[in-house]
Amino acid sequence: MEQYSFFEPQNIITVSQLTGYLRQVLESDEILQDIWVEGEISNFSRPSSGHLYFTLKDSEAAVRCVMWRNAAARMSFVPREGLLVQAHGGMSVYEVSGQVQLYVDTMKPAGEGALYQEFIRLRNKLEAEGLFDPEIKKPIPELPKCIGIVTSPTGAALQDMLNTLRRRYPIAEVIVAPSSVQGIDAPAEITRALHRLQQEVRPDVILLGRGGGSIEDLWAFNDEDLVRAVAASTIPIISGVGHETDFTLTDFAADLRAPTPTAAAEVATPDKSELLGMIAELANRLTSLLQSRLADLRWEHGQLQHALERLSPAHDIDTYRQRLDEVISRLERAALTKLDRKMLQLQNMIQSLKSLNPQAVLNRGYAIVTRKLDGRVVRRVEQIQPQEDIHIRVSQGNMEARVLKTNSGE
Amino acid sequence: MTETQNETIQNMDFETAFTALQDNVSMLEGEDLPLEKSLALYELGQALANRCSFLLEQAEMKVRQLSLESPQISDNEA
Repeated sequence: MEQYSFFEPQNIITVSQLTGYLRQVLESDEILQDIWVEGEISNFSRPSSGHLYFTLKDSEAAVRCVMWRNAAARMSFVPREGLLVQAHGGMSVYEVSGQVQLYVDTMKPAGEGALYQEFIRLRNKLEAEGLFDPEIKKPIPELPKCIGIVTSPTGAALQDMLNTLRRRYPIAEVIVAPSSVQGIDAPAEITRALHRLQQEVRPDVILLGRGGGSIEDLWAFNDEDLVRAVAASTIPIISGVGHETDFTLTDFAADLRAPTPTAAAEVATPDKSELLGMIAELANRLTSLLQSRLADLRWEHGQLQHALERLSPAHDIDTYRQRLDEVISRLERAALTKLDRKMLQLQNMIQSLKSLNPQAVLNRGYAIVTRKLDGRVVRRVEQIQPQEDIHIRVSQGNMEARVLKTNSGE
Repeated sequence: MTETQNETIQNMDFETAFTALQDNVSMLEGEDLPLEKSLALYELGQALANRCSFLLEQAEMKVRQLSLESPQISDNEA
């Protein structure tokens, strides 16, 4: 046993003590507690706990990394397998497995324009799949009854959208599906919010909005799964992410891209005052249409009446009446002429009669002698005896006389 | 306009009334409608226009928010 004493360790420590010591050493090293490490992400995993586990490697070596959920949520960009990143944090030991690892507190894509490169790569890929094709864009309804909004419930973007909707089209019902819009959880939360709106609410249109920020802040909207969910949505989606100059892949996949959340709310709705104007115009149009219809009918009526008048027998009747008048006057004239002639004849006859009137003879100085005895006219002297009473009628009267003597012959 | 028509219009939502108004104008624009039909369309159209304006003027936007956890819709007037 003695001989073995040489091999007996002077200080025997437990595994726990060892790892604990190692941890102390690592964590007391200022350099190791504040380092930036650049490497490519591999073995990336993100279990339901929300923590990120991955390995950073270069061509020669690898180091295990952990990023706690809180730190991961603060991060604006979404890491993925194979991406070259710069990670910041401190080295320590995971005592359970003795694994020395980097506890990452923040991480960003490495290299000049790394995010942009990533953006281009994904854009080309999804574009090639046809996710951005204009043919698959759904039309935006003109009068949405129900509008879904996916955005942060605490962001200014939501208030901007609500104010715009309330001002322009307060008739619509608005359903907000809250979601974070930044950080590693954002893509999944936005996707879930989109699905919930599609399944539970079925609005006529969905606004997907987020206020302005850096390219890292907006990175969630370049997430591949989210972009696919937007393209696959059965309800039209209007994106309004960031500012005018910001383009995300979600914008490309959306059915309509608006430059800002406010603009998204604007293109989703008709303007109330414009609508009121349109309604008044439609009402006026109805009035003028009816008026012109009435005017047409009046004109047609006038035309018909005119035609009817032309075809009416009243005209003929007038003609006949005129002709009748003419005939009558001719008749009258003829009759008068004839009458005049008769009158003349009559006057002649009267004249003749007058000349035959014994009175006229008397007027010329003759006298009519009648016998007193029997009143007979004395035409010859033989009819009378001397001493016979006679009656003599002259022009202006008569007289009684007695014949003195009669003489025969002339 | 009949009583039933009037009641139908008073129950219309904005979108329905507005679409009906547009259709109404198109119909009246169509040629050769009998006068009686034109008058009926006119009267109906004016009622629809009134309904639309009324709804738009007095509308107050309803906002609800889906709860974060459960898939139930919670009322949340904003």
